[in-house]
Amino acid sequence: MTQKVEAWGTRVGLILAMAGNAVGLGNFLRFPVQAVQNGGGAFMIPYLICFLLMGIPLLFIEWSSGRYGGKFGNHSTPYILDTMAKGRVWKYIGVFGIFTNIAVVSYYVYIESWAFSYVYHSIIGTFQGLNQGQVAAFFNSYVDVRHSLTGIPYEAVVFYVLVLGLNTYVLSKGIKGVEKVAKIGMPLLILFGVILAIRGLTLGTSGASDLFPNANAWDGLNFLWTPQFDSLTNPKVWLAAAGQIFFTLSVGMGTIHCYAAYVRSKDDIALNAVSAGFMNEFVEVVLGSMIVIPIAAGYLGLDWVLENAGFGMAFQTMPYLFQQFGTVLAAFAGVLWFGLLFFAGITSSLAMGTPWVSFLKDEFNWSNSKGAWSFGLLTLLVGLPTVYFYQQGVFDEYDYWAGTVSLVVFALLETILFSWIFGINKGWREINYGADIKVPLIYKFIIKYITPLLLLFVFVGALFTPQGNDWIANINSLFSGNGWALDNASIIKQLTQAGLKEQLALTTDPLIIEQLNDKMFFANLARMILLTLFIFIGLMVYFAFLKRRKEGRATL
Amino acid sequence: MNTTALIMMVITQGLVIAITGYFFYRVLTTPPKQEPDSYSENDDVEERQEE
Repeated sequence: MTQKVEAWGTRVGLILAMAGNAVGLGNFLRFPVQAVQNGGGAFMIPYLICFLLMGIPLLFIEWSSGRYGGKFGNHSTPYILDTMAKGRVWKYIGVFGIFTNIAVVSYYVYIESWAFSYVYHSIIGTFQGLNQGQVAAFFNSYVDVRHSLTGIPYEAVVFYVLVLGLNTYVLSKGIKGVEKVAKIGMPLLILFGVILAIRGLTLGTSGASDLFPNANAWDGLNFLWTPQFDSLTNPKVWLAAAGQIFFTLSVGMGTIHCYAAYVRSKDDIALNAVSAGFMNEFVEVVLGSMIVIPIAAGYLGLDWVLENAGFGMAFQTMPYLFQQFGTVLAAFAGVLWFGLLFFAGITSSLAMGTPWVSFLKDEFNWSNSKGAWSFGLLTLLVGLPTVYFYQQGVFDEYDYWAGTVSLVVFALLETILFSWIFGINKGWREINYGADIKVPLIYKFIIKYITPLLLLFVFVGALFTPQGNDWIANINSLFSGNGWALDNASIIKQLTQAGLKEQLALTTDPLIIEQLNDKMFFANLARMILLTLFIFIGLMVYFAFLKRRKEGRATL
Repeated sequence: MNTTALIMMVITQGLVIAITGYFFYRVLTTPPKQEPDSYSENDDVEERQEE
């Protein structure tokens, strides 16, 4: 089956790799923005409750499923799930655990390459003397691949290929290579994060200027941490909190299963799972909340932050803010911030490459090197459209279907499999076997009932997102017989591209009509690529099944 | 910062830091299982071999 059983070097290495898988760009960019958009301090309570009721249980489920599958020589979700239940369908559901990774990594590496490139630009002083608008314009020019900013032709493509090549090289060294990167990357990430967080915490009013005389970093922290208990009754806040927990822990992807499959059955997974999970929370809650928002509020004021909080702040605003530190410190802060994002990115993207490499190794006896280069090639094919057509929306389309919907669907299915088909009693034994901590018995109940219900709540919430994301008004409307108006962000409306169609119906300007038609074309193109990728991986699983049947190893 | 925000921040971050620290302490101080285990770096440590 496998040529040689690979193993983690040390327990700390495994935990750092798992934490590195979870700690990503979202810890520094998505979390504070979600908190700001969902009532600041009010967000923290549902967030922590969802961590305990959904995050930790999902970590237990994925670690124990992975270790269980590993006992049978399976290191990727198609055949991990196949060992857990009778029926041929589970291995095809397991396709999600490879598909999501390839699709997400194809655009994730692009963000990673921005961070890498911005480290370079911070060092050479590209942002020196630029005003806020010029720094934002730099980013827009950067992602327009036809224009070169530094004389490097197709700079965005060059950095993308370079970073993808680096990922491929590390993956070719097997999980030992991944572990080495995690052992270097995670401590550096925390060190960089602590330095920047201290700056965020101590900035106070010293960043106020003539343009923003009321700028105050404390306002940002106040907004993030002042509890607003009335928001606790708003389903929107709970959905956002559950969604953030989901994405921050990298659950529903198949990467945790893959890493855990290299743990022997007598070794602990319970303590490892909570250690990695809490390390992610440390980076998110402690460091993630003390960098972007306070620094931005410290120089631009809270009102600006509330209006502009978004993913773009990392690349379009932070370089400008660092310029206020002075030339040398700006370069230093730029290296710390973008270096931090790069390490957060690469430890996650390596995790996303591992299931594909492991699948080829398990099923077709491919070497690490061959598997890694095939990963590089496949990712390049799937990812180049996101680089070339970033501004046309291919990136966002991938992020929505592969990076959002697919995760929730897979997590929901795997939780049902674990709790109800594999069976909670067997599952509970798996979680506790070799455990170095005593897992509270209440988690048996939570995993069986609460976690699947919460995931269903997240999925249904995304499927039927109400207009304006205003749950209370829509629930009232439903009970008063006026029906449920769907928002264009709901899965159903996204599927039919209702938002674009509405915009098309409302405009008569031929230029805008052409732009909208282009957007629709590229959205369809992205969907076709994703569908082709899913079918391709499904076929690979089918061929693996035929091979197993021929060798007498197939399960029914 | 206002007092409630400060209390909320200190309690939340303090809890997260304490629990993370506790789990890491447990990881570092729990004796490893006898060989063969999942981790290769100590494969040859004599006292860890199965009897």
